[in-house]
Amino acid sequence: MRLAKNIAVSETGFLFNPGSGDSFSCNPVAADVINLLKEGKSAAQISAQIISKYDVDEAEFEKDLQDFWMQLKENNLLNTSATK
Amino acid sequence: MAKKKVIHIGVTGLNNIDSPGPGIAVIRGLRENGKYEVRIIGLSYESMEPGIYMPGMADKVYQIPYPAAGTDALLQRLTYIHDTERLDLIIPNFDAELYNFIKLADKLAELGIQTFLPSLEQLDARDKINLFHFGKQHDLLVPRDRTIHQVYEIPKVATELSYPIVVKGKYYEAYVCYNYEQAEKAFHKLHAKWGLPIIIQEFVKGTEVNVAALGDGKGNAISIIPMRKMYITDKGKAWAGITIEDDDLSEMARKFISTTKWKGGFELEVMKTADNKLYIMEVNPRFPAWIYLTAGAGQNQPAALMHMALGDTVKPMKKYKVGKLFLRYAWDLIIDVEQFQQISAFGEL
Repeated sequence: MRLAKNIAVSETGFLFNPGSGDSFSCNPVAADVINLLKEGKSAAQISAQIISKYDVDEAEFEKDLQDFWMQLKENNLLNTSATK
Repeated sequence: MAKKKVIHIGVTGLNNIDSPGPGIAVIRGLRENGKYEVRIIGLSYESMEPGIYMPGMADKVYQIPYPAAGTDALLQRLTYIHDTERLDLIIPNFDAELYNFIKLADKLAELGIQTFLPSLEQLDARDKINLFHFGKQHDLLVPRDRTIHQVYEIPKVATELSYPIVVKGKYYEAYVCYNYEQAEKAFHKLHAKWGLPIIIQEFVKGTEVNVAALGDGKGNAISIIPMRKMYITDKGKAWAGITIEDDDLSEMARKFISTTKWKGGFELEVMKTADNKLYIMEVNPRFPAWIYLTAGAGQNQPAALMHMALGDTVKPMKKYKVGKLFLRYAWDLIIDVEQFQQISAFGEL
């Protein structure tokens, strides 16, 4: 899974899609996920890093992460053809 | 430091209201051209056009006759203005006045007044009435449409295109209609305001994107800036927008310019569907009201048009800033009644 081409992400988690003009604000956890995604980390690696950083139940986080992938996909922020 | 040459430019479209004309945005671009000092001669139709009174915009304003008065009346008035102001260039900014200005282009040139406008053939080809045919000719996607003159033609056309349909005025305004009652109401409203014919267009679902572009008249695209509206008024006008990067959209504008050899500024209103197809909804044959965003994004289209009209060499501009926003605002001007009186009674301010 990769972010779509040219998606700009600020340190504070503000996302801008230059292709559509859409912009989004992410909370700190979502911003971490996005930044890890930008670094080319896999979904499993992202899960592992977030779970080790935050005090969160693994099952609960996995569920939230799936929801987050869906949101990114619905808003055309993912390049779903590329898999890592 | 050498003194800059002063260029005298007539600009229309000073109606900087909630559905603004492009005049003020064009003037702002011209003032930032970097090479010349500009003296702006505002050309207005009505005394309540805010651009007449806005500080720092027009240096002098003259009222000109409505387009319906014809080319003779316009030429007479422009000759009078030229005698005093020594105009170098006129940039008209309304669809409805373009016909007269294009017709007068040669006579104005004889007076020493330049214009940088499309030909009448180019103007007609992109007219709403001819747009579908134009699209077919040049392999550009345009929604199917029908031109009607009578309200009773709606049911037949609606059957062909199927609801929802878009009912459009000859010059401006469009309504998405989901049934006959809505279409009939829209027909009468647009007929009363803009006259006949009325255009019924197939509804295309998608995201609206716009392109402001400038052609040199030889098939070269001097500037192409795509924009997505972020906030739309109840009149469908952009109140905020952002520059975007869309190669397909830019390519479409480039193709439009190369096939038509368009001369001057124009705006493409495009619908991008979920499967990324680009439909041209309309081609506006002049700069849009948001044209100052092109200057903000690094490609000052009004200034580039001015340079080309004056014979300066202008190279195609490639780079621009993606993610530049414009946000319109309303501002109450305080005007003395003497000023209002002056423009109303004497047609000059």
